[in-house]
Amino acid sequence: MIEQLAAVDQSFFTDRSSGNCIQDNKLFCPGWVVDNYDRYVDPTLQHLVLVGSAVAGGFLIAFGLAILAHRHRFLQTPFLAGTGILYTIPSISFFFLLLPITGRGSLTAIIALTAFNLQIIFRNITTGLRNVPPNVTEAARGIGLTRSQILWQVEIPLAMPEIIAGLRIATVSTVALATLAVFANGGGLGTEIVTGSNITFKTGIIVAGSIAVIMAIVFDGVLLLVGKLLAPWKRKQAIS
Amino acid sequence: MALPPPPLPAAFLSLFGDAFNFVFSGREAETGGVTVGGTSQVIELATKQIEVTLLALAVAILLAMPVGLWLGHRQQGEFLAVSAGNAGRAIPELALIALMAAAIGVGLVNLVVALAILGIPPILTNTYVGISQVDRASVEAARGMGMSETGIVRKVELPLAVPTIMGGVRTAAINIVATATIAPLAGILTLGDFIIARNVYGDAGVLAGAILVALMALALEGTLATIQWAMTSKGLKLNRS
Amino acid sequence: MTAESVSASPVRFESVTKRYPGADSVAVEDLSFEVPAGEICVLVGPSGCGKTTALRMVNRTVEMTSGDILIGGRSVKEGDPARLRREIGYVIQQIGLFPHRTISQNIGTVPALLGWDKERIAARSAELMELIGLDPEYGDRYPAQLSGGQQQRVGVARALAVDPPVMLMDEPFGAIDPINRSRLQNEFLRLQAELRKTVLFVTHDVDEAIKMGDRVVVLKKGGHLAQYATPTELLMEPADDFVEDFVGADRALKRLALMRVRDVDLWTAPLAQAGDPSEPVRTAVAAAEVPYALLVDGENRPQGWLSERDLAGEQVPATPDSSADPLIDADSVLRDGLATLLQSGSLYAPVVDARGRLTGVLSVEIVSDFLASDEASESELSAAERPHD
Repeated sequence: MIEQLAAVDQSFFTDRSSGNCIQDNKLFCPGWVVDNYDRYVDPTLQHLVLVGSAVAGGFLIAFGLAILAHRHRFLQTPFLAGTGILYTIPSISFFFLLLPITGRGSLTAIIALTAFNLQIIFRNITTGLRNVPPNVTEAARGIGLTRSQILWQVEIPLAMPEIIAGLRIATVSTVALATLAVFANGGGLGTEIVTGSNITFKTGIIVAGSIAVIMAIVFDGVLLLVGKLLAPWKRKQAIS
Repeated sequence: MALPPPPLPAAFLSLFGDAFNFVFSGREAETGGVTVGGTSQVIELATKQIEVTLLALAVAILLAMPVGLWLGHRQQGEFLAVSAGNAGRAIPELALIALMAAAIGVGLVNLVVALAILGIPPILTNTYVGISQVDRASVEAARGMGMSETGIVRKVELPLAVPTIMGGVRTAAINIVATATIAPLAGILTLGDFIIARNVYGDAGVLAGAILVALMALALEGTLATIQWAMTSKGLKLNRS
Repeated sequence: MTAESVSASPVRFESVTKRYPGADSVAVEDLSFEVPAGEICVLVGPSGCGKTTALRMVNRTVEMTSGDILIGGRSVKEGDPARLRREIGYVIQQIGLFPHRTISQNIGTVPALLGWDKERIAARSAELMELIGLDPEYGDRYPAQLSGGQQQRVGVARALAVDPPVMLMDEPFGAIDPINRSRLQNEFLRLQAELRKTVLFVTHDVDEAIKMGDRVVVLKKGGHLAQYATPTELLMEPADDFVEDFVGADRALKRLALMRVRDVDLWTAPLAQAGDPSEPVRTAVAAAEVPYALLVDGENRPQGWLSERDLAGEQVPATPDSSADPLIDADSVLRDGLATLLQSGSLYAPVVDARGRLTGVLSVEIVSDFLASDEASESELSAAERPHD
């Protein structure tokens, strides 16, 4: 019985892959995917590295900028404008603006994607800090917390939902954008879309695109959970 | 492929010099024979990129804004409107353009449809959020004074939601103009052609293309920001300061 | 368009019931009462009593389930709700000024809806701004540039723009601090003395209801009418335990704020001028309501109380032992008069008019007699005429 099932399975796939699906370039050829899934492993890992580095880098820089702008309000406008310009310059253009400096490769891609991220994360952190109720910081000052204690123990924890929201937007957008890293020779899932004659091979495009979408959803879900862990008071509020 | 030499100032400047020359005088194609670049080709490709960007943006606005206005006014469909925005961000632009070209075919209409798909989510979400966040007291007062529902949307909700709605339009525009750069993959030649077809234009062409695309995106963003500023009531600017 | 050109209309609730879909209890049940034209009727009750629902059924921002509401004899159900609302002024707690429009444009909203021409709208805006005591230069400003109190004044002006015969006010002063609230209440009552609109006014504050209302509708949870009465009736004869409880244990004292000192029967004291013979004064004191004589000048202004020692001589002295203080202004409310008496520790105080001339003597006994009397309600004034300071 088991053997029989296995045989059916086998013919199911061979039937598909041995047909004219690939030659006809049908919308989706499952057989090809089964035979070729291993070629997506490396690009997926590269993609993860690109996204992880760009979001982590973007977060660190944006966090530093946001703390500075929180201390010195006059910096808010120039920081917003500066990150705004970096956000507006299309990543694909950014890759090649960096060409004379960092050449081609994943570093170039990571820098460009980081630059894209800054504004999203910066804006959310500053909004989060600004939305902390003044009476809470006032009370913290009243019971004797120093300025940096207020920042780390009161303001940043209370701004956490906004900060995580910014990270979610940045991460999801970066997963999608990182497919363009292929143009900078930065690897990632984009390689499986444009390299060679793949650009017209629908199954390849769909698989690479789907992996990117799934990766975005997974990252988003993980960050959502992290946010709930870091802001337990919000969770309780939502339930009651 | 060999890495370029370390960024010595001279080499660095000379590459930018090449890019400058490429834009204004053109040069011989890497493949030999014909002259590429130069102002006429730059203008032709830039015009095409602006054309497809504005077309796609217009389609996205026409499709997304009425839905956002309707849902926001009725305070319904928050899940739909907000999830659309989230889902939209997750679409890989490259895969979308490539798939549209491979599955439906190359051409202006297909490209505009694909780009409009990228523009719809932020416009829909921001229109919804902008309208539904208008102070309910203003809406109730308007209704209580005998304004019709369309009057409320037109005279109260829409003017008050301008900053948020325009924020969505700007996000959409940036995304569309950026993605229009890879339009040559779908058979429409835009400034991105300089970037993608390196084998034709050379490194000077690639850099020139990158600079031109960046300038175009910044110019578009600046224009839209100015439009937003002009459309926002003075009373709201006071409110936010 | 002047205030007199449009007369106010009476508003009549006829068995009005509202049941929200999906709710097991009714919000308003079988509510009937009539507000005469030109009066302020306050709807008061605890939260969830349906007072706002009742108010909003008048301009159909909430549709009633059954019953009817008549304005000037015409059912509000007839015709287009938007058209109806343009003829009813509407003021809400959150004010709801349009932040993107100037003050003039805000006030001109309904005139613009009715298609008035620009000059007429501008003239009307200016007229209303003067009426609410706002400098005309504010016309070009935006709501964000005004204080909360000024914004609420603009809210009232906007509601008055087309001189509607009926005004609905939903906790209009609820979000304003106590000092400004009292000022706005007084301003509105002064306006009302001039305009004589029919006003339906919702509040949860019984003190505000007593101050603002010519009549008060007290509602219980579930929209039942607990009592419909004048403020004095409400304070003197609460219909049931609920109303008594809601009005508060100090309801007797609240009534004192409804009356002016000059409106109660004051006592008379024997009067004497300096140099008068003492003998007749001594005789008068023995027989008078007030057991002391008052020294007055030629203008009848109190100079001091005359003690037995002062009257021991042949003539009334020019400088008596005790001064006439405290003096009570005849225009002040009874509550303040009583407070003055209690603070000074005296049993009697001379009451004087605006020129300082004696009109009578107030005693603690007069106040307690007033509270005990049943006729106090007959002398009740309309809210707009009542003291409000």
